[in-house]
Amino acid sequence: MNSFTGTTLSWSLQESTVELELHRPPANEIGSEMLAELEQFIAALDGLAQNASAVIVHSSLPASFSAGADLRELYHASLPLDAAARLTGVREFLHRIHAVLNALDDTPLTTIAAVHGVCFGGGFELALACDLIIADKMARFCFPELRLGLIPGFGGIPRLRRDLGNAVVRDLLLTGRSMNAQKASSVGLVSQLAAEGEALRVARATAAQVAKFDRATSAAAKRFLKPIPHEELRREIDLFCELFTRAAVMEGLRKFAESSDALPYLP
Amino acid sequence: MRTIDQTTEEVLDLAAKHFKVPRESLSASDDFFKKLGIDSLQALEMLTRLEHHFDIELPDYEMQGVSDFRTLATRIQSRL
Repeated sequence: MNSFTGTTLSWSLQESTVELELHRPPANEIGSEMLAELEQFIAALDGLAQNASAVIVHSSLPASFSAGADLRELYHASLPLDAAARLTGVREFLHRIHAVLNALDDTPLTTIAAVHGVCFGGGFELALACDLIIADKMARFCFPELRLGLIPGFGGIPRLRRDLGNAVVRDLLLTGRSMNAQKASSVGLVSQLAAEGEALRVARATAAQVAKFDRATSAAAKRFLKPIPHEELRREIDLFCELFTRAAVMEGLRKFAESSDALPYLP
Repeated sequence: MRTIDQTTEEVLDLAAKHFKVPRESLSASDDFFKKLGIDSLQALEMLTRLEHHFDIELPDYEMQGVSDFRTLATRIQSRL
């Protein structure tokens, strides 16, 4: 399927680039609907890869790439369940999103996240599954999960450790602060900075460059350069589930769900 | 090195320009959330613009307990 228009996302093959556009208001929160459509995308990716060199993941919403997991959905879905059922539901969701992000991480195509605005939590984890992050100067990156008594659960810690020095990983995780794109570039998280609103254009230029190279060679280089930390990813799921059972987490989620703000846990 | 008054003025100028309100309608003691009617996403955007303008890093948690422009300026001042 060379193109698809869904409720939360769409994709199309533009010459040799697959463009995956996120468009779920208000901030591309990753809930069950987006997960299902991401799974459809992954199912189509092998077919798309036959005629493509690169994937660009981007958002058409003005203020954000993605604000992360749909915590309101998580709270409301968890509320009527007992603790065991909540945990089962969370673990299942995590396994499914990990499968999506692992497939994106593993595709032979060169993957580029074109980021603007908020790139938080699960949204940050989606960007980290890509080979390159191109960010406009207004982008901000954050792992706010400790504010909710959790850790990143979509593979963020192993992927961040794969890419960055431990001091930066500790800074992001243990303070939960957001980092602007300029700082993110200086620590090696962001490959290229773009002017405000220009991340997608820069990503397209980069994809056009990548398309000049022999596909098999690029794919082999990527496999060599970028191991997927499977064991750590599994341990992250286990730790997330262990933390999720704490009463403080549901209380944190309740406060989140009762606010109408996109990022009520700030500052 | 800027004085706190200069920093405060620059914060007010930036806020007025970014949120397209008359500069004279803002004062240092105004609650910027209420005055500008901004949410968390817009506050983050303002934070990024302030970081670029002053060439500093200003972690979000520095905004805890900060709601007026003058107090925001003192947090910025401590990073100059």
